[in-house]
Amino acid sequence: TAIPNVRPSPFSTDEQRTSLDDVTHYNNFYEFGTEKSDPAANAGTLKTRPWTLVVDGACEAPGEIGIEDLLSGFTQEERVYRLRCVEAWAMVVPWVGFPLGDLLRRFKPTSKARYVAFETLLDPEQMPGQRRSVLDWPYREGLRMDEAMHPLTILATGLYGELLPNQNGAPLRLVVPWKYGFKSIKSIVRIRFTEREPQATWNMMQPDEYGFYANVNPAVDHPRWSQKKHRVIGEGLFARKHETLPFNGYGDQVASLYSGMDLRRYF
Amino acid sequence: MARSRAERVLPLAKVVLFAACLAPCGLLVWDAVSGSLGPNPVEALLHGTGDWALRLLLVTLAMTPLRRLTGQVWPIRLRRMLGLFAFFYVALHLTVYLWLDRELAWSTIVDDVIKRPYISVGFVAFLMLIPLALTSTRGWMRRLGRRWTQLHRAVYVIAVLGVVHYLWLVKADLREPLIYASVLTILLAFRVPWDRLGAMLRGVRVGRSGP
Repeated sequence: TAIPNVRPSPFSTDEQRTSLDDVTHYNNFYEFGTEKSDPAANAGTLKTRPWTLVVDGACEAPGEIGIEDLLSGFTQEERVYRLRCVEAWAMVVPWVGFPLGDLLRRFKPTSKARYVAFETLLDPEQMPGQRRSVLDWPYREGLRMDEAMHPLTILATGLYGELLPNQNGAPLRLVVPWKYGFKSIKSIVRIRFTEREPQATWNMMQPDEYGFYANVNPAVDHPRWSQKKHRVIGEGLFARKHETLPFNGYGDQVASLYSGMDLRRYF
Repeated sequence: MARSRAERVLPLAKVVLFAACLAPCGLLVWDAVSGSLGPNPVEALLHGTGDWALRLLLVTLAMTPLRRLTGQVWPIRLRRMLGLFAFFYVALHLTVYLWLDRELAWSTIVDDVIKRPYISVGFVAFLMLIPLALTSTRGWMRRLGRRWTQLHRAVYVIAVLGVVHYLWLVKADLREPLIYASVLTILLAFRVPWDRLGAMLRGVRVGRSGP
């Protein structure tokens, strides 16, 4: 289904977009299986209507909002972003969505809100991958408040002009283009303002491999592979790999968020 | 001496087995040429060759138990071909890694082999396979005599390294590598001289016996 009145955005890259077929058939979404092809095959069981997002925690106006209100109540923009997976592959995806900050402000976070925590739906009936304890379900992620309010950070509702396919995190997912893909949590049902750094699924499981910040950084290798280069999906068998840029090439916009921080320690 | 039926069928069996072992490679090449390796073709080749290397290694290790279970000699007559094909797929796996995945960037390859245990382990397994492949001929079997058997017991270590290589590279879902680990455990358990071990534990001394 096409999303109406999608506006273009100056934040979009004009790089070659990854094909819709590759964007929707090469996914890490362990709720539907651990193979890249599993989500496309298995995500049909996810029911995305009705869908309610709960926003609570350190805010003056906690509450709920339905997916239809999210679609009609916020200006939907097309954001063509680079996506860099921690596994050293990358895509260019034309997301549709709106700035996360626009949503968060409506719930009036208090001065105690220093972080934002996110949670994916927990329902093994709809998400068969959750029947096995591969990860500590439900999937959780978190951002620091300034990261969450940054204009590049969006909640995506679609891609290629249409509503999100289930395997890409329908009906609502986070997209933080300067961080490794696993930060961009899918099928979100809850957002909470917190005072302390929230739990993040991969970080809890392997803290030496997956940091809380997870900013794309070619200078900090994953213990099991180098992060200096990545392969761009769709370029074919003999294509050369690309040099990975700090913050996935969004350093001009976001590097200042981390000034004074040791990014080797807070990786 | 009249040739047994198994002896007469063996040449045909070898031809069929040769084709069967080559088929996965043929399919990967076909998929590569026709562009149906999926969104990440290099990864597909890397995993495809690795899977088949490990599978053929386990099939090779199944031949001795199979001979004992069936009482037939043909599993042993097919063992060398299976082992050499396992080596073939390991070599393909390494080639895809060095050439397509690492783009022959030797400094990063050396880095990988030194710093990343799952790659070190895989690399050692490859190195250990080379002398086994080289001494797989009848001539070397004769020349080495009993030492040939001792040398080729290295395949047990190689198979363990291969499974560990797979276990360590998986991010979270250990189900598939654990299937390989279980099969290997069963195959290695066949090599343990349980009767002698049991006798030892009971304090009974027995002489060397059996094949």
